[in-house]
Amino acid sequence: MKAPERYYDFQKDISGCGIFGVINRKRGLIPGDMPIQAMTCMHDRGNGLGGGFAAYGIYPEHAEKYCFHMMCDDDAAIKGSEEMIKKYFDLHFYEPIPTRRTLAIPTPPKFNRYFVTVPEKPENEFRELPEEDYVVAVVMKINTAVAGAFVVSSGKNMGAFKGVGFPEDIADFFRLEEYSAYIWTGHNRFPTNTPGWWGGAHPFTILNWSIVHNGEISSYGINRRYLCEHDYLCTMMTDTEVVAYELDMLIRKHGLSWEMAAKVFAPPFWDEIERMDAEDRELYTTLRATYGPAMLNGPFAILVADNNRLMGLNDRIKLRPLLVAEKDDMIFMSSEESAVRDVCPELDRVWMPKAGEPVIVDLED
Amino acid sequence: MAAKRKQKTLTAGRTYYRQFNEEIRALVEDGVTDFVIRECNGQRYLATALDGDFNFDIYGVPGQDLGAFMRGPHVRVHNNAQDGVGNTMDAGRIVIEGLAGDVIGYAMRGGDIFIKGDVGYRVGIHMKAYLEHQPRIVVGGKAGDFLGEYMAGGIILLLGMFSDKPDAPVAGRSLGTGMHGGVIYVRGAVPEDQLGPGLTATPVDSDDLKVIEGLVNEYAKELKLDSKAILSENFVKIRPFSHRPYGNLYVPC
Repeated sequence: MKAPERYYDFQKDISGCGIFGVINRKRGLIPGDMPIQAMTCMHDRGNGLGGGFAAYGIYPEHAEKYCFHMMCDDDAAIKGSEEMIKKYFDLHFYEPIPTRRTLAIPTPPKFNRYFVTVPEKPENEFRELPEEDYVVAVVMKINTAVAGAFVVSSGKNMGAFKGVGFPEDIADFFRLEEYSAYIWTGHNRFPTNTPGWWGGAHPFTILNWSIVHNGEISSYGINRRYLCEHDYLCTMMTDTEVVAYELDMLIRKHGLSWEMAAKVFAPPFWDEIERMDAEDRELYTTLRATYGPAMLNGPFAILVADNNRLMGLNDRIKLRPLLVAEKDDMIFMSSEESAVRDVCPELDRVWMPKAGEPVIVDLED
Repeated sequence: MAAKRKQKTLTAGRTYYRQFNEEIRALVEDGVTDFVIRECNGQRYLATALDGDFNFDIYGVPGQDLGAFMRGPHVRVHNNAQDGVGNTMDAGRIVIEGLAGDVIGYAMRGGDIFIKGDVGYRVGIHMKAYLEHQPRIVVGGKAGDFLGEYMAGGIILLLGMFSDKPDAPVAGRSLGTGMHGGVIYVRGAVPEDQLGPGLTATPVDSDDLKVIEGLVNEYAKELKLDSKAILSENFVKIRPFSHRPYGNLYVPC
């Protein structure tokens, strides 16, 4: 077959995903406009098939309750998920998540949020689980048992807002400029080999954990099977979901530090381990042997947050960009410097972290 | 007789990169040769594929693939640059007064890229040379992993001096992996484990020093640095250990 005339002369969208995160170390509240503008600057890293944000500190009046952001395809899914929430939790307050009609988002699912606590003496099949495991179990149950209903986030004083569209459209839809948070992460999606659907947009969350990711987790299959053995069920049809559940398992359940969890995701090479002193050699050998199926293979730049921290991490050969910048109490992490400069032109320091070395920023209190 | 110069100052702001590049192309058609770009904010592909004697003075942070495929322009960034600077460029010079990101000079086949600060990963990957077309990259700071990976020609000079990372080695791991042409010069020494498989760092000879001196003088002049201070240290060179390893793969010679 002959190539078409001027086959080389075409308009092509060249993209990757885009990520942005910001934390105010003193819990100063950052208006939504900042992450929205930063993501808008990186518009061309996505293709309109996914955008989303995670925000921490947005529900101070319900800070002690788990907030379930529910995404439902239809009224039956709302009814089914509400029944489930009422069955497993004490429900204190619920409301539709405020949205506005926008031209860019023609047929959105329905969004509600539920502020809940775990009953003192639950009478159901999860009654013997510790509180947070109980919440995780309910999330898994809703995601797998209620058709068309998905838990978008389930943490305290935080929430995820995501969907199909460019991030600025998703922000417009969810009226995110009305929120202020001390940690924000944002994502612009260019789906590579998984569908561009509402649940597949980033961030991925469980409890207080959230993650946004540029790249692809080629080890998704083995990670997913490994998580399945530990009662985490993947239902979002997108590779990055495994990272949220692995964080919960490694850090909350197994008690690993964030640094060690980062080393599970992006372990040192064997030749580096050989050059370490005896103690580190044993540690990293054990870590690789124990958590081989949790290692993330493939390119990634990820931003991970919970209520007290923001972490940036690259895969160990740095196949995706990640930049860190500081200005007074604020730390930015971004795919591109221009996105940071757009929202904060003067910066104290800008650098690109080493592959596989986490950059962890804590709140000061 | 020198060609007539015509200058134009543009403010990029939040202008979409396609529109902005179209504006630049239209001005080039109108005979503008020297551009000053203010408030640059991530616009991609600036100066891409321009052929001829142009000047770009860029303030702010330009976007990906600055100067890709260009042949001739002189581009100066008065700040940091992002990824893919000088992607497959043919000729000209890009000077970056701050740091730069990953894959700088990817498959570059001519011209110069001078960076004052640190650079990211895979800088100079697939660089190549042919006859008088000898691409050159000088990095004033430190480099990430895979510097000069699959390098087939040209020169990379790594100084390690103007770095934000005092504790880091001068270059990351796998330096020169798969290299089969060209040369990487490093100021000071390179830890042996940073080198790619089969490679060794050897002292430079007087011919190398001449090349280094010439390059450092040009670099120091562009960035207003003291070339004597740069040249006050020893240099080592990394050369490929094989030449055209796949030369017989399809058509045996």
